[in-house]
Amino acid sequence: MAENEIATAEPAAPENPLRVLGTAIAAAAGGAVTEVQLARGGAELVLRAQRDSLIPLMLLLRDDPRFAFEQCMELCGVDWPERAERFEVVYNLLSLSHNHRVRVIVTTDGVASVPSVVGIWPSATWFERETWDMYGVVFEGQPDLRRILTDYGFEGHPLRKDFPLTGFVELRYDEELKRVAYGPVKLTQEFRSFDYLSPWEAMTTLPGDEKVHLNRLEGPKE
Amino acid sequence: MNSQAIIPAGEAAETVTRSVEVDSHTINFGPQHPAAHGVLRLVLEMKGEVVERADPHVGLLHRGTEKLIEYKTYIQALPYFDRLDYVAPMSMEHSFAIATERLLGIEVPERGQYIRVLFAELSRLLNHLLNITTYAMDCGAITPALWGFEQRETLLEFYENVSGSHYHANYFRPGGVAKDLPAGLEQKIADWAAKFPAFMDDLERLLSENRIFKQRTVDIGVMSAEQAIEWGFSGPCLRASGCAWDLRKAQPYDVYDRMEFDVPVGTRGDCYDRYLVRMLEMKESLKIVKQCLAQMKPGPVKIQDNKITPPKRGEMKRSMEALIHHFKLYTEGYHVPEGATYTVTEAPKGEFGVYLVADGTNRPYRCKIRSPGYAHLQAMEVLSKGHMLADAVAIIGSLDVVFGEIDR
Repeated sequence: MAENEIATAEPAAPENPLRVLGTAIAAAAGGAVTEVQLARGGAELVLRAQRDSLIPLMLLLRDDPRFAFEQCMELCGVDWPERAERFEVVYNLLSLSHNHRVRVIVTTDGVASVPSVVGIWPSATWFERETWDMYGVVFEGQPDLRRILTDYGFEGHPLRKDFPLTGFVELRYDEELKRVAYGPVKLTQEFRSFDYLSPWEAMTTLPGDEKVHLNRLEGPKE
Repeated sequence: MNSQAIIPAGEAAETVTRSVEVDSHTINFGPQHPAAHGVLRLVLEMKGEVVERADPHVGLLHRGTEKLIEYKTYIQALPYFDRLDYVAPMSMEHSFAIATERLLGIEVPERGQYIRVLFAELSRLLNHLLNITTYAMDCGAITPALWGFEQRETLLEFYENVSGSHYHANYFRPGGVAKDLPAGLEQKIADWAAKFPAFMDDLERLLSENRIFKQRTVDIGVMSAEQAIEWGFSGPCLRASGCAWDLRKAQPYDVYDRMEFDVPVGTRGDCYDRYLVRMLEMKESLKIVKQCLAQMKPGPVKIQDNKITPPKRGEMKRSMEALIHHFKLYTEGYHVPEGATYTVTEAPKGEFGVYLVADGTNRPYRCKIRSPGYAHLQAMEVLSKGHMLADAVAIIGSLDVVFGEIDR
């Protein structure tokens, strides 16, 4: 905040420290970083990286005293089905000694595996398991790639955008089996995903004005 | 009396070699067990009574919060956060509210920020009261739980006063808080804050120097600072290992930069230190509560933009514009500009982060919830290896796990 105020007062604005950090990382990584972005008006540093050179980049980020990202606080997936490489794997790293954060993003198409960072930060174990569970992203070198949050024997990857919110199966008590059993999901009411984006424009037919609409569709009768 | 040796000298000198078969076996701990703090299923590989391997199975309380949030507007998504860490609900709301505000690029009025800090600290007290007392119960003490829950009840009444609900408060909103404090609440909180130190003394007398409690916790589940850092620890668990890191100091949000408080740090990183850090943190929280009450000035509690916060009920009776705003807000919600943020707050359990991706519509495109307990629990194996089964219970208690936030 304070630096922004100085920036407006001085004619030659000093560069955003995060921008400086990002450029330094990109220079040191030597091609592993494809893009340095500043998110949220320069408040968050985002690095887009090559999947294949992720491990050297992460080692650099952790071990170089200029960066010293000692902690991997968070690792998650994001699904963009319309993109060629639909899954983003997002690493949020934190440096306790320098008090800065960075977000590293790599992409994958769901078939190609992402190198596991478990050897660098053991805390990534469960985060990678969760990303596998939720998105089906495979982490190469992860010794314990089991499902974590979904049920034993669950099928599918629920946080993918093409996985329905209601899922495919539901649990019910089965009177014949005398136990809880899976069955196909039965909705008493059709699942409704309201499009509230434009409530005014969504109403194409005004109440009581349906005939106009029908005529328009079928054309005037002779 | 003539001394007759019970064991003849010759026999005792003989070396008897016996091979003792200690079979290693696997036991299942939980998911329904009072010391599991919810629904933790722990598969323990034991060698005799010593833990060889601990494999926590989580997800028994998985409700698909992140998926559900993708189908909700930002206003509808907020109440899900109360249901994560249901021990300190408002702390969870805090992260999401700030994340949304950052994406919207809005600034909460001062009084709103003070109220949020006030209630975040009351939530911290709520959390630590529950953790310390139930943790003591895991270690065999029942009185702290009975006393602590009485205090919790008082705090939850403050929750009810501002939000109408004990737990599912839905009080922190993007843009401020839902309503201003009702008349007289500030005085009630101040009265309570004056009485609370006496309770703290009682609690300390029960536990801090208690022989049984110390035997159960000192040197159990030791985590060095390096280990704690690489396992992604945060909050009291990281501080107990000797790392003075507090997001309220390091990356302050709301009005934490105006608050004066200390960050208690442990030295050994064992279960007892984690308990002590929480005890001391409660005293610091009380300081912040008092400072908030002293510094708060009357004023708006949420931003005055009716595109983001609802208009007053009275206004809606007279103003057509207010009525339209209200309708639009609760059907369509507001559109959040495209962008992403990883926003963290110092929740009572540690770093509670929200990675929020907005695509310009009225719903979050992705909302990843980073819960501190998730990172802490996965270090269970490192912490409990070589300890007795009963110590595993003490370790779970000291980690402060709540399955609402771990399983999401």
